[in-house]
Amino acid sequence: MIFVSVARFWRKQVHRYNLIGTYCKECGEYYYPPRNMCPTCRRDGKLESYKFSGNGEIVTYTIIHTAAEGFEHQTPYVLAIVKLDEGPRLTSQIVVEPGEIKIGMRVKPVFRKLGESGNRGMIYYGTKFIPEYE
Amino acid sequence: MSVGIVSYGAYIPRYRIKVENIARVWGDNADILIAGLMVTEKSVPDLDEDTATIAVEAARSAIMRSDIDAQRIGAVYTGSESHPYAVKPTSTIVAEAIGSTPVMTAADFELACKAGTAAIQACMGLVGSDMVDLGLAIGADVSQGAPGDALEYTAAAGGVAYLIGKKKSELVAVIENTYSFTTDIPDFWRREGMSYPEHAGRFTGEPGYFKHVKGAANGLMEMIDTKPSDYDYAVFHQPNGKFPLRVAKMLGFNKEQVKPGLVVSRLGNTYSGSCMMGIAATLDQAEPGDRIFATAFGSGAGGDAFSITVTDRIEDIRNGAPTVEDLLKNPIYMDYAMYAKHKGKIKLI
Repeated sequence: MIFVSVARFWRKQVHRYNLIGTYCKECGEYYYPPRNMCPTCRRDGKLESYKFSGNGEIVTYTIIHTAAEGFEHQTPYVLAIVKLDEGPRLTSQIVVEPGEIKIGMRVKPVFRKLGESGNRGMIYYGTKFIPEYE
Repeated sequence: MSVGIVSYGAYIPRYRIKVENIARVWGDNADILIAGLMVTEKSVPDLDEDTATIAVEAARSAIMRSDIDAQRIGAVYTGSESHPYAVKPTSTIVAEAIGSTPVMTAADFELACKAGTAAIQACMGLVGSDMVDLGLAIGADVSQGAPGDALEYTAAAGGVAYLIGKKKSELVAVIENTYSFTTDIPDFWRREGMSYPEHAGRFTGEPGYFKHVKGAANGLMEMIDTKPSDYDYAVFHQPNGKFPLRVAKMLGFNKEQVKPGLVVSRLGNTYSGSCMMGIAATLDQAEPGDRIFATAFGSGAGGDAFSITVTDRIEDIRNGAPTVEDLLKNPIYMDYAMYAKHKGKIKLI
């Protein structure tokens, strides 16, 4: 069971569904998750919403054999840092057989269940990644 | 009626289980089952896939294929008998995930295996009356078959989305007309809170499938004055391989018209996605000017028939998204134990 408050997930759900982050028109930097202020330009920053294509590559990964509560029955599964083509890096589950994952592998986004709060609670959806060749 | 299909997209999970692996567990004869059902394997959802994720992937494929601005979509209807929530719409999840919100309407549909085509009809009405610019109709299921039940050999997972519009330059296929035939039949049901459906054997064939498919198909051909030989392709709901071929013969269609859209043997029955998957597989290979006759069936029961003519634009968009054949390629096969885990058939105390 995953313990996330309904409100907390809902606040970020659009960003999780569609990889929506921010782009600073002042310095040209992209951010995911979205930021309220550009850490480089500070008060001079001009942030706007940006929808990432979701295409990117595997920077590094780990194969989870001993999982956190709620993920015990998905092992072994792959958790990786994905570098999006625009620059930002994020941690995500990769839907791939553990033997197939490689550093530098190109990936694309898929819409999957991220978890659920037991049988009675919310189901949390969002973005994971699969190899680009699929 | 000048409405039609602006785009379409399908999604099939990568996992498969062969009929022989299910038959081995329950002591059934696989050869007899495969010959009787004309199904050799069926799709299985991943652990993190359900009707909502499948519906989103199909919808995104439809939007990508025609490069449509999702904000133009004024209605999202998802037909399924395996919505992840009993109360909370799948269609709002889909609409948010494709970027159609907030100025739009949404609802979930259910009429066994024809909920998706009922959604197409609703979108045809909304688009035809200028209430919305584009409507998105989806049929998606992670269908349930109880362990050891006959349905377990075919109950599969997959989904298809159709964007319905009326701008002539955007239509890849014109839906000339539709006709429905509906009665109250106790052939198949699942009570609230139950994990698996029940079916009343003798109602399934003649009083259910054949009566309603024939009723809708004959009704439509009579209404628009067409005959089976006017069509290049015919698609009928595919709970197995035998029923669509048998009803085609009864109606006067031949095997060659049916085979291009008959994907059930390698896919299983995707329930709300079944007939819509057959139409998608047919659109994947149809030529401009070809005519497609399609009839969906849903237990309970009803048939929705459609007469469709493919336009020149099909060539422009066809390769914009994976075809049904692409989605059937490179499956990952699993044994019954892994299948039982993926389908949540192993209950933990």
